[in-house]
Amino acid sequence: MAWRLRVNPITCTGHGLCAELLPEAIGLDEWGYPILGPVPDRLLPLARRAVVDCPTLALKLERDGKS
Amino acid sequence: MSALWYATRATGEVALLFLTIVLALGVTSAIRVGGRRVPRFVIAGLHRNLTLAGLGFLAVHIVTTLADSYAPVGVVDAVVPFGSAYRPIWLGLGALAFDLLVVLTVTSLFRTRIGFRWWKALHWAAYACWVIALVHALGTGSDIRTSAFLFFAGICCALVLAAVGWRLAEGGQDNQAFRLGAGLTALIVVIGIGVWTVRGPLEPGWAKRSGTPASLLPKPVAVTSPATGAPAEGDGG
Repeated sequence: MAWRLRVNPITCTGHGLCAELLPEAIGLDEWGYPILGPVPDRLLPLARRAVVDCPTLALKLERDGKS
Repeated sequence: MSALWYATRATGEVALLFLTIVLALGVTSAIRVGGRRVPRFVIAGLHRNLTLAGLGFLAVHIVTTLADSYAPVGVVDAVVPFGSAYRPIWLGLGALAFDLLVVLTVTSLFRTRIGFRWWKALHWAAYACWVIALVHALGTGSDIRTSAFLFFAGICCALVLAAVGWRLAEGGQDNQAFRLGAGLTALIVVIGIGVWTVRGPLEPGWAKRSGTPASLLPKPVAVTSPATGAPAEGDGG
């Protein structure tokens, strides 16, 4: 079962820290907000760190398939 | 005086330096400094790890104070403020700053559980924590009369004022009255601490006035009161 990242667009203020930690799965749009891609299993530890270190706690990591 | 007493003083000063740097780093990440050359996760990581390192120095500071036999400070005094036999108010502020720092650290480590709003509301107390720690250092520090320590305290104040000013200036056009008020408050607090330092800890007789037990004071000699020029033997000893 795959994992995926979700961002709360209201709490996210575009610090961009997550994209620094996990450039493989997180890009930034031109205003600095994250564009999320799939998270391969080998990157899960970094994804968890991106979730925990988000300055506004706007990122979530959840199982793909259930919402 | 033993090596422990010197270790206490040194680690206390290093802990204050760490607090100052950590506060500046926290402000830096709050106003989103960072980019290619200094990534934001590096600033955030330094903010966290230097806090933990500072807590390590603080642990040594507290343990050496307790272990040293010079000042009568008990285990309870390290956590519960204002109850100690040795300089109750000024030592108590140290205990208060320590308690605050522990709360701030623990709530930050469990930030995802607590929720962003509560964590953020609580984290404003970091400014108070720094101020309390500074007053503790000035009020109970044995090195207050050395110019190196005063210079160091001045540097810490300047760093924090610069960080606060930077944060307030970054806000743009919003809440200008509030920003001005906050900046003035910060300035008044630091100037107030400076004036108090000159009129309190730097004046002769502070050791007694701050609540040092009589047994630790130097033997009373005829002290001349600077204000009146009259002998002040009456309130000495």
